[in-house]
Amino acid sequence: MALRQCAIYGKGGIGKSTTTQNLVAALAEAGKKVMIVGCDPKADSTRLILHSKAQTTIMHLAAEAGSVEDLELEDVLKVGYGDVKCVESGGPEPGVGCAGRGVITAINFLEEEGAYDDELDFVFYDVLGDVVCGGFAMPIRENKAQEIYIVCSGEMMAMYAANNIAKGIVKYANSGGVRLAGLICNSRNTDREDELIMQLAEKMNTTMIHFIPRDNVVQRAEIRRMTCIEYDPSAKQSDEYRALAHKIIDNKNLQIPTPITMDELEEVLMEFGIMEAEDESIVGQTAVSE
Amino acid sequence: MPALSKEETEALIQEVLEVYPEKAKKDRAKHLAINDQELEKSNKCITSNRKSLPGVMTIRGCAYAGSKGVVWGPIKDMIHISHGPVGCGQYSRAGRRNYYVGTTGVNTFGDMNFTSDFQEKDIVFGGDKKLAKLIDEIEVLFPMNKGISIQSECPIGLIGDDIEAVAKQKNKEHEKPVVPVRCEGFRGVSQSLGHHIANDAIRDWVLENRDGDDSFETTEYDVAVIGDYNIGGDAWASRTLLEEMGLRVVAQWSGDGTIAEIEKTPKVKLNLIHCYRSMNYIARHMEEKYSIPWIEYNFFGPTKIAESLRRIADHFDDKIKAGAEKVIQRYKAEYDAVIAKYRPRLEGKRVMLYIGGLRPRHVIGAYEDLGMEVVGTGYEFGHNDDYDRTIKEMGNATLLYDDVTGYEFEEFVKKVQPDLIGSGIKEKYIFQKMGVPFRQMHSWDYSGPYHGYDGFAIFARDMDMTINNPCWKSVKAPWKQDDADEAPMAASA
Repeated sequence: MALRQCAIYGKGGIGKSTTTQNLVAALAEAGKKVMIVGCDPKADSTRLILHSKAQTTIMHLAAEAGSVEDLELEDVLKVGYGDVKCVESGGPEPGVGCAGRGVITAINFLEEEGAYDDELDFVFYDVLGDVVCGGFAMPIRENKAQEIYIVCSGEMMAMYAANNIAKGIVKYANSGGVRLAGLICNSRNTDREDELIMQLAEKMNTTMIHFIPRDNVVQRAEIRRMTCIEYDPSAKQSDEYRALAHKIIDNKNLQIPTPITMDELEEVLMEFGIMEAEDESIVGQTAVSE
Repeated sequence: MPALSKEETEALIQEVLEVYPEKAKKDRAKHLAINDQELEKSNKCITSNRKSLPGVMTIRGCAYAGSKGVVWGPIKDMIHISHGPVGCGQYSRAGRRNYYVGTTGVNTFGDMNFTSDFQEKDIVFGGDKKLAKLIDEIEVLFPMNKGISIQSECPIGLIGDDIEAVAKQKNKEHEKPVVPVRCEGFRGVSQSLGHHIANDAIRDWVLENRDGDDSFETTEYDVAVIGDYNIGGDAWASRTLLEEMGLRVVAQWSGDGTIAEIEKTPKVKLNLIHCYRSMNYIARHMEEKYSIPWIEYNFFGPTKIAESLRRIADHFDDKIKAGAEKVIQRYKAEYDAVIAKYRPRLEGKRVMLYIGGLRPRHVIGAYEDLGMEVVGTGYEFGHNDDYDRTIKEMGNATLLYDDVTGYEFEEFVKKVQPDLIGSGIKEKYIFQKMGVPFRQMHSWDYSGPYHGYDGFAIFARDMDMTINNPCWKSVKAPWKQDDADEAPMAASA
């Protein structure tokens, strides 16, 4: 099986890292060889696999060693649950330097050092919140991730972010092979959430590949720095992640997304009662004139 | 070749514009003009200080070049850190020939390159800590420095490093001026914005340092020379004239200058501006804040020098006015001899210029003193106030070209066939290979000074040895000597 490179995007705080690690654990359980590349200066993309606080990152090691050229692959690559390989690109603390450049440097390093070996089945890039600059689009450029999964929920801002990310994918889809592979709904228990995301997915020319219900076992596992799969393999939630893993293994539905306009998005939201129609007559009216 | 008429010049511009695509043609047309002395304002005929077109081979530099290379770099007792990757500082190191007196590496640092030498990790994690460490190391290794400026290269603006915070902190610790300059290269359309940013940094971080301190004893005759970068010793050749007429030169901005001189400048009686383009901002500021008047002057060639000396003297009493006359008289025999020697060899020769901020107009008088005529001129990064000042200096129907492109310049030269081109290093070899005598008018072709009466003698000698160099007779291939179809490019035959 040829290496499949996937990137996980989605609004900040939506549960990308948790979902990715549980998914990867399920893939490993199914016998797949997987690597996670964390593309977030917070470096919390591998902690559940490694049972660690935060993995020492490529960029921090490079800064200590002098430059990235002074590093060897084994310095940065850690192996955790299910033989999952883990690397974190790393970056500065908030407010200084350039996190985007950190992602670019780290991914270039992994390529040059041959981290993407023939034995791997999957690479997952776990990318921070939004595609704010070129650095965070690095995982979806030519010869990197071909499949993008967007984690979202039935909340308005999560859907708004998903649509924005799809716009970013279109840009690179036209010049390369990157495709939208599906929306993963990480439930927030909003009303008719599954239907809503399915409709959004359809409008964006993709599918909701799986609906992950909310379950506190995920949080209980997380406190122990473990994935749900490892903490409680018999939990119902673990089966949900396994189902997602198998759907991704079998997924052939790779599409160029059709992001929708703000108006269309609002229409969908109104249809589902998440948003009320705006009263245009009050726009620009002061308290006095009302 | 006789001078072009207005119609011929107009036709030439149209012919050159013809090769451009429609959009480029429309843009470039605004930057090419025929001089008309009747015009009071240049905006009637030419547009300047606009973004260059991609693909046309502009000759411009960047904001970093304007700040570090032009304004700050020559301040000799300060250390100027090129903050960012190594190249900007290293490839511009000592290239501008700003002469200075001092012991390099001990109390002066002009020819040295100080850089934070950014690596990937500095981009990713920010360079503030490295900058702070670099400043501390400078204090240990070069304790006689009188201050530090931080010249931002492009990445600093992209990653948002807080160099102002580092500057304030280190200023407190070391009790010396530490000046952050936000002159990232991508800002603005040319080096011109870098000059402005550098002026503003001096205004905000240096100029007020001695406000309220009257320990410096002033005189009625204190002046500051502003916008002379002492290229090949220009400022020295200028300063002597001012001193001989009875003035006291308190500060040189910034050729062979010190930070102490800059701090004392708010105490002078008159600011004398040579390079208006790069330092008019600070002169205007001092006029507003300290009520110091300023005037422009021109020390190229005896005619302009005499005019300038008299105009400067007008701001002072009779003693200075008499002093100016005495200076003009004292050097008369000298410059008359220069003219007598070189004018017959240069009479009628035609010159095209394309230079930076003041010389496209300031050197015209010096050529005219030698009987030569400037038939085309233009600025790399001038603004319309520069062209306003150029219109009267140039003859009618001569060419004006702003931010000239490589193609335009070559075509103009082919058609106008000047006897001499004065421009920069990037242009030099193109035109020399075309067989046209060429002088570098940024660096004086490693000669100089050209300012003042002393400089004029060197200027005249240099122009003669370039134009009348026997090598131009050998440019043509021997087997083409009789080929009448191919008119020789060199006009020196």
